[in-house]
Amino acid sequence: MNEPAGLAATGGIVRPYGDTTGDGMVQLSFTLPIPHDARAEGAALQLAGKMGMAPAMVVHAKAMSEGFTFFVVYGSVTHLVDVSKVEVIEREYPLLPAKDVNAQIKRTLRRKLVVLGACIGTDAHTVGIDAILNVKGFAGEKGLEYYREMRVLNLGAQVSVPELVHRARAERCDAVLVSQVVTQRDAHLRNTRELSAAFREAMGTRRPLLVVGGPRFDPAMTDELGVDRIFGRGTTPGEVASYLVHAMGQHRGGAR
Amino acid sequence: MTIRPKLGLDGRTVRKARRLAQRATAPVVELAKTHTTVSVERAVLRLAGMTGTDPTLGSGEIPWVNRVVDTVRDQVGLEYGVALPVWHELRTGGYSSLDDLAEKVGSGSVQFAVPTGKDRDRAARAALAAARLGLSNIDRRRKERDRLIRRIGDPKQRPWIYLIVATGDIYEDIPQAQAAARAGADVVAVIRSTGQSLLDYVPEGATRQGFAGTYATQENFRLMRAALDDVSKEVGRYVRLTNYASGLCMPEIATLAGLERLDMMLNDSMYGILFRDINPIRTFVDQRFSRMVHARAGIIINTGEDNYLTTADAVDEAHTVTVSQLLNEAFAHEAGLADWQLGLGHAFEINPDIPESFRLELAHAMLARELFPDAPLKWMPPTKHMTGDVFRGYLLDGFFNLIGTMTGQGILLVGMMTEAVVTPWLSDRDLALQNVRYVLNAAGGLHEDFRPARGGFIAARAKQVLTEAVDLLDRIVDDGLLNAIADGTFGITKRPADRGRGLEGVVRRADGYHNPALELMEATGE
Ligand code: B12
Repeated sequence: MNEPAGLAATGGIVRPYGDTTGDGMVQLSFTLPIPHDARAEGAALQLAGKMGMAPAMVVHAKAMSEGFTFFVVYGSVTHLVDVSKVEVIEREYPLLPAKDVNAQIKRTLRRKLVVLGACIGTDAHTVGIDAILNVKGFAGEKGLEYYREMRVLNLGAQVSVPELVHRARAERCDAVLVSQVVTQRDAHLRNTRELSAAFREAMGTRRPLLVVGGPRFDPAMTDELGVDRIFGRGTTPGEVASYLVHAMGQHRGGAR
Repeated sequence: MTIRPKLGLDGRTVRKARRLAQRATAPVVELAKTHTTVSVERAVLRLAGMTGTDPTLGSGEIPWVNRVVDTVRDQVGLEYGVALPVWHELRTGGYSSLDDLAEKVGSGSVQFAVPTGKDRDRAARAALAAARLGLSNIDRRRKERDRLIRRIGDPKQRPWIYLIVATGDIYEDIPQAQAAARAGADVVAVIRSTGQSLLDYVPEGATRQGFAGTYATQENFRLMRAALDDVSKEVGRYVRLTNYASGLCMPEIATLAGLERLDMMLNDSMYGILFRDINPIRTFVDQRFSRMVHARAGIIINTGEDNYLTTADAVDEAHTVTVSQLLNEAFAHEAGLADWQLGLGHAFEINPDIPESFRLELAHAMLARELFPDAPLKWMPPTKHMTGDVFRGYLLDGFFNLIGTMTGQGILLVGMMTEAVVTPWLSDRDLALQNVRYVLNAAGGLHEDFRPARGGFIAARAKQVLTEAVDLLDRIVDDGLLNAIADGTFGITKRPADRGRGLEGVVRRADGYHNPALELMEATGE
């Protein structure tokens, strides 16, 4: 990671930046379920205070609907951020160009890598999985179908888990890629758990690599959800391809 | 607002486009006239008043209409329709009512037969009487709407402001919808739960468990319409209610909408095919019936061209939107819908990073406006290029609203700056409405002054899209619409006619097929 100029000077400790270093200024908006009056503004300030904003200023308050007030609050946060203590999921694999991915599959598998993709449950959002799989790709990168050494089967949307397990078996696939976009009532988490449980039950440790993706996933939840890898917002096909060859080499060298 | 033409579109090209759309849809209409579906037949029973679910089978999710239609199908087939066997049995089997018959079907004691000769005539007459009663209920609800609008009034401005609620729980939706109306919504849409499109039955009762939307049920319709009637009086304008006649139960949902006085229904000719993988033939057969019901009920349909632009590029594929609008129009006219009932869809979905994106949007919106001067048109906000940058999103929505008023759109679906993040919060809706109000207030009359330069960028772009649309229609007429859909012409999504969900529910009609609802609606339509 490149350190911005300001960082070195403060030894990795930063505060939000409004218009001068160290002013700690942030903006915040929220709604409280109370009618707009002086007390409501006081309540907004109390919340801001508890969130570490001091001094804070209600710069906008507006009554909404019946019994609700919308606030915009500006203020300086008292908290310090220690950049050196931040934990992130580092990419655990090198990013490879397509030809290296192909060469690696050829060398380690000596056959095509079989990838099965789908949106499970009632989710009908296919643009994300298509971005990863279709030749057209995403963000200027070609999708997995473009990789000579991969055989890609895109089952589309609204695929049931049993159907997916069945196809994965029939096609003897190496990796299953699943997309989940709708997250209301944690539908994505529930569906992913159902997915991993079904594969565990049907195939045990010989199950294919399970990869899920979608804009609202937390990539740190792999263990909890029983899958091998989670991809989030803005994922590119190249990342996924590089991960797949890395994971195949690491763990199994093919699940057949 | 009267629409004065400003683009200088060539009248001959416009007429040619309509002629081609007519020809492209004719074979599909023929298909719809020679087939029926389980859902069309269930809609006939619903119209005749059959309600409720089988208490012994499943856990309350199997409606009687499904039980009866499935039983008729098993015993004698659906080639003649459900009406002849059902009303023959009803007449000769000593039942006290249609519901009584349903219960006996449930207990397995009914043996249906397709009546012939005099029996057939009598059964058909009885079925017609029952369907006539059902249609008169729909007619009554339509008159009631007209009366309420006369008494309470229509929104003062065009476009009508259209807001969505989507909590999954009808009892949460109701206060949200009322709040939306008080805040300025002229139309409230309750989006449906994910997955409902693929249910081959209509759920029953008041529901509280939807995902990203609320189930469409007759009871939910009734509750929401009643709540909006209350708030309409309070705000002094008739607040319209929208739901979705789409998916596998489109004809039944249309019927329930007519019976419960819904005012607008999403009812696109291809949405279910492209975005839910429902079989094309099933969709077109179901759709024709549902549109006839909408025509009868005075419901404004909303079509879904905006959705194509989420999977296809809004510039490269702009002409597919125009083509689809023309096809939707042709299908709608054939089903008896009048121009004022055609909320044809289109959207502000061009990538904002490309140069002159606003002028391109303006050109597309004006083209739609001038091609369909008497249709209300439904103008849909940016979704695909909305991101977590809600501030940028708010600006885009402002530009979207500006086009809405500049081009005289009839229905404006309010865009949310949090489109890419969450289903709308209370404050999102409030901010979005402020955005709309500011634009309508600041530039509501701009259309009077605005006229694109002759032969300039906007006029040329509109002309180009129309030309491309005519070329595509030409190809569709040659290849057949079903083949075009199979090839991925719309939304770059390929849907072959022999695949997709619900095909098993399609039945070719026999010569003596009888559908009392269709017969009555076709008679008044002509
Ligand atoms: C396009 C769209 C649709 C289209 C989908 C068309 C299609 N064939 O996909 C249509 C119109 C059909 C649609 C319908 C609905 N939609 Co929608 N839709 C969107 C929209 C506008 C864009 C989504 C999109 O295409 N993004 C672009 C892609 C490229 O991004 P992505 O999906 O995040 O994918 C990337 C990464 O996440 C990742 N990724 C994704 N999947 C995978 C999988 C793997 C294996 C990997 C490695 C990576 C990966 O890689 C991709 C590239 O970077 C969003 C709003 C928005 N702007 O985000 C709403 C949105 C997703 N929809 C939403 C909703 C609620 C619906 C409906 C349920 C509404 C309804 N009740 O009817 C229906 C759903 C029907 C259903 N059964 O699912 C909500 C979801 C709310 C939530 N969080 O639960 C959103 C956020 C809108 C909103 N604010 O309300 N929608």
